[in-house]
Amino acid sequence: MSDEEIDALLEEYKELFTPQLKHELSIKLKNAARKRGVTREDVIKIIEFAAKNYHQALIDPGEAVGTITAQSIGEPSTQMTLRVFHYAGVREYNVTLGLPRLIEIVDARKQPETPIMEIYLSEDVKHDLERVKAIARQIESTLVENVTREFTIDYTEGLVTVMLDPDMLQDKGVSVEQVVEVLKNLEVGEVEVSSENPYELRVLLSEEYLDPVKVEKLRTKILQAHVKGLYGIKKTIIQRRGDEYVIIAEGSNLEEVMRIPGVDWRRIYTNNIHEVEKVLGIEAARSAIIREIKNTLDDQGLDVDIRHIMLLADMMTWTGHVRQVGRMGIAGEKPSVLAKATFETTIQKLVESAVSGEEDKLPSITENIIIGQIIPVGTGLVQVYMNPQLIKKGESELIDSR
Amino acid sequence: MREEINILEHELVPRHEVVPPREALELLRKLGIEPWQLPWISADDPVVKAIGAKPGDIIRIIRKSPTAGEFVAYRYVVVEVTKKS
Repeated sequence: MSDEEIDALLEEYKELFTPQLKHELSIKLKNAARKRGVTREDVIKIIEFAAKNYHQALIDPGEAVGTITAQSIGEPSTQMTLRVFHYAGVREYNVTLGLPRLIEIVDARKQPETPIMEIYLSEDVKHDLERVKAIARQIESTLVENVTREFTIDYTEGLVTVMLDPDMLQDKGVSVEQVVEVLKNLEVGEVEVSSENPYELRVLLSEEYLDPVKVEKLRTKILQAHVKGLYGIKKTIIQRRGDEYVIIAEGSNLEEVMRIPGVDWRRIYTNNIHEVEKVLGIEAARSAIIREIKNTLDDQGLDVDIRHIMLLADMMTWTGHVRQVGRMGIAGEKPSVLAKATFETTIQKLVESAVSGEEDKLPSITENIIIGQIIPVGTGLVQVYMNPQLIKKGESELIDSR
Repeated sequence: MREEINILEHELVPRHEVVPPREALELLRKLGIEPWQLPWISADDPVVKAIGAKPGDIIRIIRKSPTAGEFVAYRYVVVEVTKKS
């Protein structure tokens, strides 16, 4: 059979499959046809066989998918704990991996322990190392601390001496004037450049800062002053991926990095899920959760079906905001009092419910186990009602009525 | 000349579209549910603002899925009521 005939035949059966399955079948059938030739009967047999298997593999109504997901993610993650530490320090930059990272995602922390951005660059820039370096320098936030070699405070005279490091200044692309400007804007005193050494800056503190208690605070204030770059981006590393250069940034500031010219904002990525939600919306956050969990598990060599992760991400983004899987999120917003009380802070939850006069309609599994009823899963989901009047009449269509 | 940033084109953002009211009713009838039983999306969501959806609308989301190729999901636009966690 020719390719066109196979496609035409598949089109007839398209009701049986998802588009994805149809596409895969079409590729495999065409390959087989090219190699050894298939007849129309063969193809029909194969399609029907595939359809039968596909429909057998579908989840039945009433299957406890949530429980299966919990177990399928939970079991492999116990394997993770032991292996996690071997990876620390292998890479140029530090990323939280393994179980700590998984917990971090599932707990929906506001700020990940190690925020990382992957900054892809636009078509015209990504092959040019010099321009990539320039962009990296532009977004990396530079503090006074980063360009300072020596920092002294003379308490008696109220004089702060900042010795700048010429090499670092050049490396970061910062001029002495810029630093002077920043120090002036802090408004802590008079700033002047030493006449003997152009890299020596002196700050003559105004009186209010002379208090010894405040001086230590002043030290951090000056050293942490922001000279240039974007807030939050601590360090940038340029990596080669395939034929292009990619900037990996420690720290995350999605909104502003997207606006930098030369950055491919369509592909830019951060591992801070809350930031993704804020800038790109809840659906993007869902994709990010799936991607992060999948990567974390794959890194550890654990094979968890992506459908479980998708279900988890769906639950986490159900309300339109990322919520954690725990007492403050999914588990805490269950409709049943008993189900909430089963998970952490039992007494507190019971008291809360009693005070607000909550009602428990026993809608799901946990609470029904507690009170010893049939749980609404699988066949327990169906209820049978009998209508004695109809039986008396001997109605034979009884079986047909649903 | 700098190109405009359009978050709808970001690779993490699937296609969102507002379902016309008539179609939405049809959909709810088919699924046998009330709108609030759909997953929600906040009216303050950047994508909702970008496509100009109003609270009460139903949004069709066409996700790229590694298992199904393409998957159609729906979300109900709600006004911010749940406190942010």
